[in-house]
Amino acid sequence: MEIAELKVTPDRYLTVRYAGASGDFNPIHIDEDFAQMVGLPGRILHGLYTMAQVARAQTEAGGGPGSLRRLAVQFRGMGVPEAEITITSTVRDERDGIAYVDCVAEQNGRAIIRNAEAEVVVGD
Amino acid sequence: MIESPAMPVNTEAIGKSYPPTVYAVGREKVREYAHAIGDTDPLTLDVEAARAAGYADVVAPPMFAVVYGAPAVMAGLFDPEVGIDFSRMVHGGQEFVWGELVVAGDEITTTATVKDVSERAGNGFFVFETRSVNQHGAEVCLGTWNNIVRGA
Repeated sequence: MEIAELKVTPDRYLTVRYAGASGDFNPIHIDEDFAQMVGLPGRILHGLYTMAQVARAQTEAGGGPGSLRRLAVQFRGMGVPEAEITITSTVRDERDGIAYVDCVAEQNGRAIIRNAEAEVVVGD
Repeated sequence: MIESPAMPVNTEAIGKSYPPTVYAVGREKVREYAHAIGDTDPLTLDVEAARAAGYADVVAPPMFAVVYGAPAVMAGLFDPEVGIDFSRMVHGGQEFVWGELVVAGDEITTTATVKDVSERAGNGFFVFETRSVNQHGAEVCLGTWNNIVRGA
């Protein structure tokens, strides 16, 4: 099994839509002034949004929402809106109908999720 | 050599559980979440496609676990006995293990537990575990939520 690279560019208002959809209204994601006040360069992406992109790369390759059995990630650095994110997935092992996949999410040349491990059910 | 100041953490909270939260999964909420993350799977967006595939209603994307799981974790994050300083908290890592699929119309009950509290190199590490089951008692997701509170 191979898992295609996924590229996505969150638009300017993505963090607002994701806040509403997920229920996480932490102002560091939606309020530019607040984010700068606490020392960030500006509004940052929700880590769990980026994790959802890693998940989507697996379910699109694996065959739908039921194909992702496990996903574990470590958040590193910060993602920002209006810059392309690239999800790279490498199948490390495949046994008993499960693909064990190593994934990375990069933006602006830096990993924002690394050491991610996915387990994807391999279709017939 | 300067040692980082130790961050006092209260390990007595380890093992503590919080009252379960119940989340009713709505069709439009699933679709709203899918649109926000860019998920275009017909099973998630199109009720007819989901029914044709044998599901009662639209199927939640796996990461919808955040929507029904997070309210349970909040109790722990705000628990004074755990004592998290939010101004210094970052989300360090996350793990989900999925079981039965979640579809619109389900009622998901989630219980959160403090799995671990520790201090390392001046930083506090707070690990919460969630277990989510549907209205039939089937496990739909186990979550591990790792939060780091940076030392002063």
